Amino acid sequence: MQTAAAGAALGAVQQAQGQAIVPEQATAKAPATHTMSFTLNVNGRPYALELEPRVTLLDALRETLGLMGTKKGCDRGQCGACTVLANGRRIDSCLALAVAHDGDEITTIEGLALAGRLHPMQQAFVEQDAFQCGYCTPGQICSALGMVAELEKEGLPLDDATVRERMSGNLCRCGAYPNIVAAILKAGRAA
Amino acid sequence: MRDFRYTRASDIDSAVRAGRSSNAKFVAGGTNLIDLMKGAVEQPEELIDVSRLPLDRIEPLVDGGLRIGAAVKNSDAAAHPLVRDRYPLLSQALLAGASAQLRNMASMGGNLLQRTRCHYFYDTAFKACNKRSPGSGCAALEGERRMHAILGASERCIAVHPSDMAVALAALDAVVRVRGAASERTLPAAEFHRLPGDTPERDTNLEHGELITAIELPASRFGANAHYLKIRDRASYAFALVSVAAALDMQDGRVRQARIALGGVAHKPWRARRSEEMLAGKSLDASALRAAAEAALLDAKPYPDNAFKVELAKRAIVRAVLVAGGAA
Ligand SMILES: Cc1cc2nc3c(=O)[nH]c(=O)nc-3n(C[C@H](O)[C@H](O)[C@H](O)COP(=O)(O)OP(=O)(O)OC[C@H]3O[C@@H](n4cnc5c(N)ncnc54)[C@H](O)[C@@H]3O)c2cc1C
Ligand code: FES
Ligand code: FES
Repeated sequence: MQTAAAGAALGAVQQAQGQAIVPEQATAKAPATHTMSFTLNVNGRPYALELEPRVTLLDALRETLGLMGTKKGCDRGQCGACTVLANGRRIDSCLALAVAHDGDEITTIEGLALAGRLHPMQQAFVEQDAFQCGYCTPGQICSALGMVAELEKEGLPLDDATVRERMSGNLCRCGAYPNIVAAILKAGRAA
Repeated sequence: MRDFRYTRASDIDSAVRAGRSSNAKFVAGGTNLIDLMKGAVEQPEELIDVSRLPLDRIEPLVDGGLRIGAAVKNSDAAAHPLVRDRYPLLSQALLAGASAQLRNMASMGGNLLQRTRCHYFYDTAFKACNKRSPGSGCAALEGERRMHAILGASERCIAVHPSDMAVALAALDAVVRVRGAASERTLPAAEFHRLPGDTPERDTNLEHGELITAIELPASRFGANAHYLKIRDRASYAFALVSVAAALDMQDGRVRQARIALGGVAHKPWRARRSEEMLAGKSLDASALRAAAEAALLDAKPYPDNAFKVELAKRAIVRAVLVAGGAA
């Protein structure tokens, strides 16, 4: 019953396990005339990449590393579906050049579950039924984690109005906002 | 997106040297430039990444002012204790812009140099855009002009500057510090952006290859009474239809000095100096406020689609000044 729902919140945890990403120093090459070598540390694992500088972080994650959990909505910074954490801070990966993140620690939805257990924020999304189609969900969850950390650092309250304002960079086409806010408040307050 | 060469600048001198090449552009957060490159509005052959230059500090100046490095992220500037305490107007304006993710990427320098959101500029399917290709005309003149300028426009271009931050900086008399090949200079924030005139392809008075190194704020008496009011089509994550940066130096319930700048109305942040003068020495009563607001829009030349902005701007001025003064 909960499988579709859980699938959205854990994003591609299953996908990541099921795909042929070479662990440790995986090297992915794109056929191109003009490429650059750099490293991305994704979900705690270093990847040596060789890509054209025009490849976005989003495309590198999805197309090169096969981490399909991070979604492409607008590809222009307008929807937040591509939100990931870079050195712990939420960003829109569609407007970031992968090469500009050389050496950075990137966390995607696939990196949140620990030892087969959902991250509390993922768990809260499942329990609060915080999605319908699930397309925005990986971005919502990464963004929520970034926000909770920001509010704590800035000494701001985790309340309904703040969450709505600070999560405005994540659109939900299905309009699941009330439950998204509820999930974030639940997980954020428990943290 | 067209392919390009990418170099990460290791120091300021080499960045400035590389930036001189005619087809090179600096990139910081990339949130505007990469977006425009995806749409083929900008097509640089070389990008010089300045985001890791040592321009990421916020430091108090001996005269009581504050220097914010050009590479400081919008979110970090907004959250900095000294900015929140001494320049709440700037903090509010930054937080009114874009989304939290974008503010984590966007730099102070890049924010100043973000380009207009005029649809005719943004969409290369429209051939006529004097800003994009000088001499081609202005599709907006005969088009959908709801978002466009009501002050200071020309028959060549009616675009508005979209930055919220820049409106606060203009009100606060900030100064932009820039490094060129030969020298360093400063430009007042209020004169950093240009009116379109006959050269709408030039957004600012920065020369090609000049690197913004910092934004400097003078010591301010406006910390206690400031308000950034942004009016937009949805409550958050949208560009301004009209915005007002209002800051007051108050004494015994009277305005000693006022600073008012408008966003969303012109090709640059619009300093309402006449209104500021009219408010000096006044208490915040309704008729004085309305008169000052009327004065700011005296020269407005709207189109039918954006005529609503005139009254909206007047009421926004009244509201922003009242809130700044603690009277609303
Ligand atoms: C969906 C969306 C919504 C947005 N909403 C708002 C909003 O409501 N309000 C608002 O104010 N903004 C808004 N923005 C714009 C955002 O604030 C800008 O994109 C951002 O501030 C640009 O900063 P950056 O560092 O990413 O610049 P980049 O994209 O890296 O660069 C922009 C320009 O600045 C130049 N540049 C960068 N740094 C320097 C430097 N140090 N010296 C000289 N030149 C330099 C680059 O060459 C380029 O021309 C929005 C953007 C998006 C995508
Ligand atoms: S895909 Fe990046 S913001 Fe929409
Ligand atoms: S759940 Fe469908 S877009 Fe958010």
